[in-house]
Amino acid sequence: MGFAFFRRLALTLLLALTVFAIQFPARADAVDDALALFTTDSFNDTTKAIDGLVASGHANTLPILRALADGKLLYDPGSKAVFYKDDAGALLNARTATPSSADASLLKAVRLNNRLRRAVEAARGGLALLAPEPERRRTAAEAVFKSRDANALPTLDAAIGKETDARAKAAMELARAAIVVTFPGASEQDRLAAVNTIAARGDGDAAALLRSLPADLPESVKAAAADAVDGIEARLAVWAALQNILYGVSLGSVLLLAAVGLAITFGQMGVINMAHGEMVMIGAYTTFVVQDVIRNNAPWLFDYSLFMAIPLAFLVAAAVGIAIERSVIRFLYGRPLETLLATWGISLILIQSVRSIFGPTNREVGTPSWMAGSLDLGGLSLTYNRVAIIVFAALVFVALLLVLKKTALGLQVRAVTQNRRMAAAMGIRTDWIDAMTFGLGSGVAGMAGVALSQIDNVSPNLGQGYIIDSFMVVVFGGVGNLWGTLVGAMTLGIANKFLEPYAGAVLGKILLLIAIILFIQKRPRGLFALKGRAVEA
Amino acid sequence: MILRNIDRAGWVFLGMVITAGILIPVLNLAVPPGSFLHVPDYLVPLLGKYLCFALLAISIDLIWGYAGILSLGHGAFFALGGYAMGMYLMRQIGTRGVYADPILPDFMVFLNYKELPWFWHGFDMFWFAAIWVLLAPGLLAFVFGWLAFRSRVTGVYLSIITQAMTFALMLAFFRNDMGLGGNNGFTDFKDILGFNIQAAETRGVLFFLSAMALAGGYLMCRLIVTSKLGKVLVAVRDAESRTRFIGYRVEYYKLFVFTLSAMIAGIAGALYVPQVGIINPSEFAPANSIEMVIWVAVGGRGTLVGAALGALVVNAGKTWFTGALPELWLFALGGLFVFVTLFLPKGILGTLGTGWDKLHRGSPKKESAPAVAVPDAAE
Repeated sequence: MGFAFFRRLALTLLLALTVFAIQFPARADAVDDALALFTTDSFNDTTKAIDGLVASGHANTLPILRALADGKLLYDPGSKAVFYKDDAGALLNARTATPSSADASLLKAVRLNNRLRRAVEAARGGLALLAPEPERRRTAAEAVFKSRDANALPTLDAAIGKETDARAKAAMELARAAIVVTFPGASEQDRLAAVNTIAARGDGDAAALLRSLPADLPESVKAAAADAVDGIEARLAVWAALQNILYGVSLGSVLLLAAVGLAITFGQMGVINMAHGEMVMIGAYTTFVVQDVIRNNAPWLFDYSLFMAIPLAFLVAAAVGIAIERSVIRFLYGRPLETLLATWGISLILIQSVRSIFGPTNREVGTPSWMAGSLDLGGLSLTYNRVAIIVFAALVFVALLLVLKKTALGLQVRAVTQNRRMAAAMGIRTDWIDAMTFGLGSGVAGMAGVALSQIDNVSPNLGQGYIIDSFMVVVFGGVGNLWGTLVGAMTLGIANKFLEPYAGAVLGKILLLIAIILFIQKRPRGLFALKGRAVEA
Repeated sequence: MILRNIDRAGWVFLGMVITAGILIPVLNLAVPPGSFLHVPDYLVPLLGKYLCFALLAISIDLIWGYAGILSLGHGAFFALGGYAMGMYLMRQIGTRGVYADPILPDFMVFLNYKELPWFWHGFDMFWFAAIWVLLAPGLLAFVFGWLAFRSRVTGVYLSIITQAMTFALMLAFFRNDMGLGGNNGFTDFKDILGFNIQAAETRGVLFFLSAMALAGGYLMCRLIVTSKLGKVLVAVRDAESRTRFIGYRVEYYKLFVFTLSAMIAGIAGALYVPQVGIINPSEFAPANSIEMVIWVAVGGRGTLVGAALGALVVNAGKTWFTGALPELWLFALGGLFVFVTLFLPKGILGTLGTGWDKLHRGSPKKESAPAVAVPDAAE
């Protein structure tokens, strides 16, 4: 890790320093003095040469140090000129970094011993700590934190003194603490303070560092470190659990979106709509068409494409749903098994239609720029498109609740569900309500398709992947109860995410299916079963 | 006594199946190629496959047509029977595999198995595999049915959880660590009981056995549905609560017939695998199981013969469509689902049957095909 990291760092740094050097030419004499010290073939002089070179701020310092570490720094014993070989093997003049025509066979390599090697490494790390960009300084400090190289301590102290960027400074202080805690000369007080600084970092690296402290530390430091490790581990476990719950809620809201339309058609009407997944698929393809039109005609509107797709997907899917209800399903009321088969047939026809129109391959649905990136909260992280889906699912759920509880349509839907003949006697057009209810459920599925187009492949088979999960959610939650669907979706989502680390994604899903099958034996009508007369109605 | 229970359609069916079972292998083997009567080699396993599907359809009709249990997971029982047979066939490959391991099948060598998983032991013996052809689907159906029927999971709920069952099994069999070939399943079989599985003679015998199994399966189901047990099943189908109140233990009747049906499906799967030469987890796909149900619906639910007829018609149609007009196959199949449920609720045979009766008796006979079960006030 260390070496490869430094190499990469050195390369990027080289570019930065070259730019730097043009603006602030190094003092020529200091560089020449330092370089001259490389040619004396003495370890002590080489040490001085390294320090002098670093102090000079010469633009070519890093390549020279790298060459030195690799044994590729050469000098001419006669002319006292210094050269180095780059990665390609070309010979370059160290002073000017220009290709040199000197005879390589006459040159001698600058010798190194272990003490010098450490000095070279520390000098290279230290250089990065003084880099102009705060981000790079922070990365260098992280590297020191990991390597815990005591040689970097002086540079680190100097860098902390000059540091103005808060995050870089925090990282440097952490790195310093990591060194101090095991530094032979440090006082007990300093060490305890260092343990506290490390503990405040609070992640897995800090715990690993504190766990690997040498055994010869004072008891008080060891105890403090052990306490800190326990604290960190407990906190990490809580964060991990919270992260799992968050992923679970994210998966649950996907399930909720896919299933809530089904909760209406299955729950309110008792219609097993096997083509429900295809309504989701139609919604996703509507999104694709909307984006396609926007791309070709008004690209600046692309970020708003999803907002336009949502109502359109609702209308398209609702229209298809009403057409299905009027043409097929209404003849099959009271025959749930036949409805199941007929709607399965419809789903096959819809899949093949979409395949014939849009082709069998996945279609590209873009993500608006405001959905890029991820939300980080403490130890939690979730991509913005997942966040958007959670919010969207919540909005859809609330909207549906309001429609069913607060509008005339909702009242009539519930009336027809509870007692169709009485509702008809009260002047409700029950067949019209049937069509509207089915349209509503299908439309919601279409809106779900807009959301799913952001996280899943938009292909003709999109809906097939969700139909079994959706039915599981509705059956688990209890038919005819939107809250049951919510609880069912969230329970399944979270349970799935907690099972995944132990059992793997596929096995976790299998276990969950088995659990639901067993659960249905215990509660055949789901978690929130209707009670009383409504049960058999 | 037994023979009295078979109606005219049954006799015609039995006659045709047995005749075909003998005639087609003979026309394939004894008549020289080029002759008008010669049955080409490719047709024998294809027709054999249809016979297996017909047997499977009969097993579905037994529970759906007579006991009102719509299983959307019968493909799982079919595939389990097929897998049991596949395991035997894999063990028969021996050193002729690509890796020539005397014990381990190729995919295990490929996946770095050091020894045979415990559940593979014994599958080198045909009788052992044959027992498991019945036991694997039977046990699964027994446990599943015992849990479901005891807690009175009925109607669409049962359909949905059977679908979940086959979906879960499909996911499980797709896993490489199941030790059952992962997504490639089993294929490249060499011989069965010492006979080359590719040979025309073996295929002829397998075809004959499939026809016999179909005839035997039909006879057994026919005897069951015309017995007193069958009457109780129909009572369960039409008015489950009422049957229970009279004092029948409804769940035992359902459990018996469900388990039996799963075992028949397992036999169909076991005969299917050597004829098509492959078994893989896609057999568990929920879509397959629903397609099987439509065979029964097309032919006529609750007629047994109709179910077999439906399987033949739909699959022949599928073979033709996917060859000639692959784009249109899903339209045709989907349209078939809709058309049959809307306009042909009794299926081909049920519709023909009532038409026949009308012609001959002047007035419609009491329906033999099931009226659609709509629970009335007593439920």
